Amino acid sequence: MGTAMDNEAAFARALLDAEAAVPAGIEGREGGGAERRFAVYRNNVHANLVDVLAGRFPVSAKLVGDAFFRAMARIYVAKTPPDSAVLLRYGGGFADFVAGFPPAAPVPYLADVARLEWAWHGAYHAADAEPLPQEALAALVPRAERLALTLHPSLRLVRSNYPLVTIWERAARDGGDEPVRLPAGGEDALVLRPALEVEVRRLPEGGAVFIQALQDGARLPEAAASASAAALAFDLAASLAGLMRSGAVVGTSGSA
Amino acid sequence: MAASVSFGTNPVPPRGGAGLKPEHYRTILDSAPDVGWFEVHAENYMGEGGPPHAYLTAIRERYPVSLHGVGLSIGGAGPLDKAHLSRLRVLADRYEPGLFSEHLAWSSHDSVYLNDLLPLPYTDATLSRVCDHIDEVHDAMARPMLLENPSTYVAYAETTMSEIEFLRAVVRRTGCGLLLDVNNVFVQAINHGFDPFDYLDAFPAEHVREIHLGGHAEDEDAGGAPLLIDDHGREVAGPVWTLYAEALKKTGPVPTLIEWDNDVPAWEGLFAEAKRADAAIAACRTSQPGPAGASPRP
Ligand SMILES: [Fe+2]
Repeated sequence: MGTAMDNEAAFARALLDAEAAVPAGIEGREGGGAERRFAVYRNNVHANLVDVLAGRFPVSAKLVGDAFFRAMARIYVAKTPPDSAVLLRYGGGFADFVAGFPPAAPVPYLADVARLEWAWHGAYHAADAEPLPQEALAALVPRAERLALTLHPSLRLVRSNYPLVTIWERAARDGGDEPVRLPAGGEDALVLRPALEVEVRRLPEGGAVFIQALQDGARLPEAAASASAAALAFDLAASLAGLMRSGAVVGTSGSA
Repeated sequence: MAASVSFGTNPVPPRGGAGLKPEHYRTILDSAPDVGWFEVHAENYMGEGGPPHAYLTAIRERYPVSLHGVGLSIGGAGPLDKAHLSRLRVLADRYEPGLFSEHLAWSSHDSVYLNDLLPLPYTDATLSRVCDHIDEVHDAMARPMLLENPSTYVAYAETTMSEIEFLRAVVRRTGCGLLLDVNNVFVQAINHGFDPFDYLDAFPAEHVREIHLGGHAEDEDAGGAPLLIDDHGREVAGPVWTLYAEALKKTGPVPTLIEWDNDVPAWEGLFAEAKRADAAIAACRTSQPGPAGASPRP
């Protein structure tokens, strides 16, 4: 018999590895065999974590069906068990795993949908902040040249080469297993929780570059220049108004 | 939403309470049910903001709340996670729960969180470790904790003392209180082949500050012996209610939580179970005049 740490390590290893034998010193009733009993723990660990992922990525699960999703999630769980008792943080690597999971290749946009769902989850639990009222926009215009905007802590961007927001909306609405003709081209999503509801919006061309630049601390003219360089059709006034209207701006700085 | 509010002291009363589920937030606020209190799993409120905190704040303004940790791994071989302890302290300071509890179990090894309440052997060495961990929790939390008796599916060959002996020693050495999970007693008794009433008789009832009731599923082990799974996925079983009435005779009226964490029913289903606990507590008061039954414990 090893140290307590060794014994615990053996127990933990046998939980995560379905092929492993019951650890030494573990017994059933009256010293009897414990295969079936130990399997209850093994099953709990996997099933509970798969349930966490299924609850966190419901649209992804709809797109591929429950059985496929659970089988895929189970592999992720075995490869990447949680590193914190705060399970709210679990699943951050799931989208990347999906992107590299060959059986999911027939649904090429699945990883982006998972990214969008992770962003949704992050926005749901993010810090709270009061959006600036829309009227404040007019007051900002005269000093727009020098202005940087503080964006809402829940704000997340998900950029995609697929019509991501359309896919997400349809799946959330209809169940997602209907073959649908998708619009051509990519869509960028803005995920935001100005109050209690998480909102997902389709961004106009250049919008994601603009918001990303603002998030990185750029002042308005620089952010607008980056967006125009990325997309000729970028419309600063419309993008700024859209941001304000959605409740994405919580403060300003650099007005001096 | 982010403003900090002081809730003041608001002890958890000796009544039926319900595990707080996000599915029920709205119904609870809209219908203001006459339920004694709510219990939350601490880890579900370790996000920064959003609906969980907004709703818990609103519910805490209306009801007493108990904080129940599921991830501290008090029975673990390694040291406690200090960052997790301080997250618990922040939550306790924010919501001022009337009770705080954790499990006699481990759930993390070497920074991997296994998300289940796993069993430990009962030996002198594990006893010292659990006591050290509880001392550390008491220091970090600046409030007493209640330790919950586990439900388990396997036993350890190296175990040298009974669960009751172990729990008694922990209480004596650390001064912690106990959370008596009556469903866990029943599950343990069936799974390991002892009489649950004997276990209750030996349980240090004078240290019980809270009771848990929950549902279990029925299975069998490889030898065909019944194996109960503590899944919190249904109503409390009949024999567990019987055992609960017996437990109340020993503990007197104590706050009693209905745990229903999987296949969560509509609020009415959970509320009905809490009312059933209320009725059992009322029956225990009338059948037991005298110090134990007359007034709630401090
Ligand atoms: Fe419990």
